[in-house]
Amino acid sequence: MSPIIISAPLDEAHIASVRAGDEVLFNGTLYVARDRAHERMSAMIARGEALPFDARGQILYYMGPSPAPPGMVIGGAGPTTSSRMDPFTDVMLAAGIKCLIGKGRRGPAVRESLVSRRALYCASFGGAAAYLNRKIVSAEIIAFEDLGPEALYRLQVKDFPAVVVNDICGGDLYESAIRA
Amino acid sequence: MSVKRSIHTDAIHSAIIAELEKINFILAGEVVKAFSSMKDREESALAKKTLELLGENARIAGECRIPLCQDCGSVVIFMEIGQQLVIEGDALSTAVDAAVGEAYRKFYLRKSIVRDPLRRENTGTNAPAFLHTDIVPGDALRMMILLKGGGSENMTALKMLRPTASLDDIVEYIAGHVREAGPNPCPPLFLGIGLGGTADVAMVNSKKAVFRGLGTSHPDPFYAKLEQRIMDAANETGVGPLGFGGVSTVAAVFIREAPTHIASLPVALNLNCHSLRCSEAVL
Repeated sequence: MSPIIISAPLDEAHIASVRAGDEVLFNGTLYVARDRAHERMSAMIARGEALPFDARGQILYYMGPSPAPPGMVIGGAGPTTSSRMDPFTDVMLAAGIKCLIGKGRRGPAVRESLVSRRALYCASFGGAAAYLNRKIVSAEIIAFEDLGPEALYRLQVKDFPAVVVNDICGGDLYESAIRA
Repeated sequence: MSVKRSIHTDAIHSAIIAELEKINFILAGEVVKAFSSMKDREESALAKKTLELLGENARIAGECRIPLCQDCGSVVIFMEIGQQLVIEGDALSTAVDAAVGEAYRKFYLRKSIVRDPLRRENTGTNAPAFLHTDIVPGDALRMMILLKGGGSENMTALKMLRPTASLDDIVEYIAGHVREAGPNPCPPLFLGIGLGGTADVAMVNSKKAVFRGLGTSHPDPFYAKLEQRIMDAANETGVGPLGFGGVSTVAAVFIREAPTHIASLPVALNLNCHSLRCSEAVL
């Protein structure tokens, strides 16, 4: 089966049509945030402030790149462990994020939020930092520059690969793998 | 005993930089080969694709000089220092940390170390390295360097089993932990196991174990057989490459055992991710 193409902003029909285990390719915009950026964005939301970007329908990628060598837009750029972002995930989904990309299992609360807020969790290829670098067309820091590799980035990607882990029907690829 | 040899910290500094450059960008041939033989054993298309992609990642990393993983790791160094060797120049830890700082800056590697575990200010250099030294007979300095990413390090485990635990209990505990860790440590894993010692010794041994070398089995047939049993049990969990499902969850098992207390059986697990970045140099 050829991979399903996903681009932000995601629409409801598209989200409803993919299932755990589907291979996907992302095209277009991804927003990058990890631990500290999540902490800050949650605090902004709690204070009633606007986020540094319009989150509605957008895709969040959990990643902290290595520095861009001369002539490249970014350095190594593979996913980081998603569960560290679990405490902040429901608030990001409430703000309109529709798809998360990272690696590793999510907790039960996040899996429930994904179903109730109709959003997807995908895993990209952990430890494939050089391979994924080649799928990133451009990268810019849009906020929290002081956080270094933990800044908030906007990426443009082309054929960025991932696999759907949690779909909106409660399907879970990781669970199916160890049950099989 | 007379002093036979001296070495300047400048030589240690250069050697560390050279090793860090190598292991951040070049995946060892044996690891690439392991990906390919695991791919042949997999039946699931996604597992095969994942292993192929990891091989491709290694090729691109080497050719385009992009780090194998954006998490360029904690730098863990084991040094075995001959007791007839005199180290001249800077303090050893100063020389080591300067080398780490220079390598991580010069090669555009990610700096992932914070100075304090609670206040969490990045040191900006990826130093300090986590340096273990042992004094050994001879006049050589043997240096073993391991890069350890945070995702896999967070899956570390230590269990103090009863001394009467059976081999089945041990195998079951280890396979259970690998299953529980699932996708998080980025399998296929190179699993280091410290058995025996005190808890701290078992942990150190679980990290050192991998330096026995890929493609080797334990020199003691009893432990070689146990390694095989652990690998078979772990590969029956179904976790597979990156947790997407399959039979390649553990690529290799390395046990390092030590004498222990009559009341204790420590089992320490170091889950190295598929991107096994380690090397050894003798000065």
